[in-house]
Amino acid sequence: MSEVFEMLIEHPFLAGMTDDQIRVVAETGTPVSYHEGQTIFSEGGSADSCYLILSGGVALELQTPGHGPQVILTLHDGDLLGWSWLHPPYRWSYDAHVHSDTEAVRFDGPRLAAAAEADPLLGYELMKRFNRTLVNRLQSIRIQVLDVYSTPR
Amino acid sequence: MSTQLLAEPVARPMHPVPCRVRSVVRELEDTFTLELEPPGEEWGFAPGQFTMLYAFGVGEVPISISGDPSDSGRVVQTIRAVGPVTDALTAVSPGDVVGVRGPFGSTWPTKSVEGGDLLIITGGIGLAPLRPAILEVLSRRERYDNVTLLYGARSPGELLFADQLQEWRGRFDLDVLITVDHGDQAWRGPVGVVTSMIGRASFDQETASAFVCGPEIMMRFTIQDLERKGITDDRLYVSMERNMKCGIGLCGHCQLGHYFVCKDGPILSCAELSDMLWIREV
Repeated sequence: MSEVFEMLIEHPFLAGMTDDQIRVVAETGTPVSYHEGQTIFSEGGSADSCYLILSGGVALELQTPGHGPQVILTLHDGDLLGWSWLHPPYRWSYDAHVHSDTEAVRFDGPRLAAAAEADPLLGYELMKRFNRTLVNRLQSIRIQVLDVYSTPR
Repeated sequence: MSTQLLAEPVARPMHPVPCRVRSVVRELEDTFTLELEPPGEEWGFAPGQFTMLYAFGVGEVPISISGDPSDSGRVVQTIRAVGPVTDALTAVSPGDVVGVRGPFGSTWPTKSVEGGDLLIITGGIGLAPLRPAILEVLSRRERYDNVTLLYGARSPGELLFADQLQEWRGRFDLDVLITVDHGDQAWRGPVGVVTSMIGRASFDQETASAFVCGPEIMMRFTIQDLERKGITDDRLYVSMERNMKCGIGLCGHCQLGHYFVCKDGPILSCAELSDMLWIREV
């Protein structure tokens, strides 16, 4: 069994997928490590990959003139980082800045997309997981926008 | 499992007892903790209960007790100034007198959830009604498996009981995860809503129970996430907030379906609430 397969078999993002499906996904992945302070990708850059975080912490940031980086969300063990590779214009929407030393698996976007195209069942399983992550993030942002902890005067 | 009720009802429950203010601590810009002399030698409460606090000449409001349930020598209540009565209550000084009725209501079922994992999930000022439960659990920590506190605040400057959170983070027998909705340049911790941290908590879905307190929107999303993680509704407890007035289930102001929140609540299990959390204007 490959090193990447071993890393992914317990990852919550892939929970429920068969070993064979995870093996195909693993073939498109590479283990990566980042140190605190490193930038994984930057807003506007070409998006051709995604990451499953094994350990550590990554902040998604937006640069705002006069205010520096604004952290939108932090991601941690078990989280998915990056979906801009899925849709045109294939550019990152945020900076991904490492908050604490991070271990992850980086997936080659075009290869993962090709694997999903070749096996629609695998593709459907992957898209369900991307969709679930997207819905969870959307709900979180909605709660943040509601500012539920503000003083109700 | 069900919520716990005090065996003994409060004597003369409609009679506010004048209590002198011993100290006032400003926790946040609009949030203060009052320490009061107890209303009598018999004073005692269980985690989750509240009192009706009376600012003489202004009005009376329900306020959760936020102190240590093992300490019968003081009444500790944390108040956020959101209107005329709470404005008056947070403007008091040591030596002033306020009226106290209670304690009232059901309690966090700290005893019946012993033996399993415990998740305590709270946001904003919701930490205040849960602090007595946390202190009680920590006082007999060996009776629980994993205990995790997930706390969400609006910003790093609005973390309630920051010193105590720091102390709890230093313990080896309590996992404390804190997140803020909006970080600042100095904040190095998680940013995101409190529900986003549920996946990072270590618990066994077969044995885990959860105590949840915060704005009702936050509680609804939290409950859905916990149910998705396999915690059944009889092991999910929330603290409900309604317009409590009498404190003893007579006046009906706090009616929630067939419950009076002041008497049957404020702590209710999601099994007891059934779908009431999702019915508008109940």
